[in-house]
Amino acid sequence: MRLPRWFHLLGSPPFIYKLAGKVTPWLGVISCVLLAIGAYWGLVIAPPDRVQGEVYRVLFIHPQIAYVSVMAYVVMAVAAGIGYVWRIKLAHAVAVTAAPIGASFTACALATGSLWGRPTWGTYWQWTDPRIMSETLLLFLFLGYLALRAAFEDRDKADRVSAILAVVGVVDVPIIHYSVIWWNSLHQGPSIMKLDKPSIAPEMLTPFLIMVLAFTVCFLWLLLNGLRAEIVERERDSRWIQQLVEGANG
Amino acid sequence: MNEFFRMGGDGTYVWSAYGVTLAVLLLNVWWARWRHRSALERARASNGDNRVSRRPTVRTIE
Amino acid sequence: MAPFLSIVDRDVRIAARRLSEAANPLLFFVIVTTLFPLALSPSSDEIREVGTGVLWVSTLLSSLLALEGLFRSDADDGSLEQLMLSPVPLGVTVLAKITAHWLITILPLIALVPILALSYSMPITALPTMFYALMLATPTLSVLVALGAALTVSLRRGGAIVGLLVLPLTAPVLIFGTRATDFGLHDQPTAGPLYLLAALAALALALGPIAIAAALRVGME
Repeated sequence: MRLPRWFHLLGSPPFIYKLAGKVTPWLGVISCVLLAIGAYWGLVIAPPDRVQGEVYRVLFIHPQIAYVSVMAYVVMAVAAGIGYVWRIKLAHAVAVTAAPIGASFTACALATGSLWGRPTWGTYWQWTDPRIMSETLLLFLFLGYLALRAAFEDRDKADRVSAILAVVGVVDVPIIHYSVIWWNSLHQGPSIMKLDKPSIAPEMLTPFLIMVLAFTVCFLWLLLNGLRAEIVERERDSRWIQQLVEGANG
Repeated sequence: MNEFFRMGGDGTYVWSAYGVTLAVLLLNVWWARWRHRSALERARASNGDNRVSRRPTVRTIE
Repeated sequence: MAPFLSIVDRDVRIAARRLSEAANPLLFFVIVTTLFPLALSPSSDEIREVGTGVLWVSTLLSSLLALEGLFRSDADDGSLEQLMLSPVPLGVTVLAKITAHWLITILPLIALVPILALSYSMPITALPTMFYALMLATPTLSVLVALGAALTVSLRRGGAIVGLLVLPLTAPVLIFGTRATDFGLHDQPTAGPLYLLAALAALALALGPIAIAAALRVGME
């Protein structure tokens, strides 16, 4: 079976570098616009919540960042897996780019959640909350991946060893998620948080969804930006990069 | 206007949360740019010294 | 089956020659379990509640200590490469090594648990559940730690990060194990978490050796 040409192009670093270079400015503009619209809508236009008052407005950033952090891990693991099985260097480049972005988003999710928790739950941290535990463990999974990579000098080895870790991790992530929910449901009565309920007022739902889209596009933008840097780093000595930097010199 | 910043008394929390998020996003943007720039500089400096040739070298025995 | 048993036999014999090394995780287990009451100063009511968590975390850390060097001595003297070259599937070899080390280091640990559990004022009726939970959980823990050991096999100071890599992955085992023990403590039905532990063990034993073998191949190339 002959694979279509675009399939091979997807594995070509110079092609992706140039394609990403054309796409990222647009993604940047779109994500900034969406973030601005969503933030303004959420902070200014949306009415105060009946129960939480004004502080609920963290709803427009915290769940979105948390969701993107999990998505980042999945992207990382899938990319690493593809790179391992089919030996596609570009896939490993995607994985290694996604990792620090995902880790910083996970930390951000924990921080924003903690800041939200203080005025609403009365405490900055609640060890027995399933989502906090899940997200904390996810942060450790990201850090473990980065630490393992850093320990290897040979980039190829680092790629493939950390790919195995990432794939095992992604299998474990749903197990961790459900086991922690099960664990907490026994500890105390289910604490209903407003964002658990899908019944959210429409004036709040729209900015919520806008921000979901905004953060997703933003992640994609950051990913492609970082991917271009990673490609240059990896292909440093290749002919096309040398031509590129020479061309820049004039 | 003041009410906007106070956020019903919980202004510190809301604005800190939004501020942290903005900081994380900006950090990521700056980090990617920095990596890109330094990678290009290293590419310029290395001059293709460590290139791995994909074409097999054919040697003939004279 | 025969190659599996011969590798188990080999590893057990090697460990038997250096029993002091095999005893280290055991001693670590006892010491850690002793230090917790020192740090927590629990009252006589609290001590039973803390006991479950303390014993399980100690087991987890002791497994880490016991197995993080699983492949190191063989990698150092070249026998790991020989094992990898043999016609025996690497997954089988890996499973055999894990079994051997489990027999030598973890099984004695499980034997010690009842004594320590009694020191934590846990009633004797809770002990069978704890025993079943440990028997089901420790294979999974062993597989996960072995994975960490395989991923870091070619690193000089690999042992240091095995914990960081592996401990987050063991969270579900910890959760189900402590829950099962707690249920046993409070006379509640324990079948649920025990079945879940069994499921995790089945998953780990079936798929783990594949990942571990892959990690070894990458590390040793």
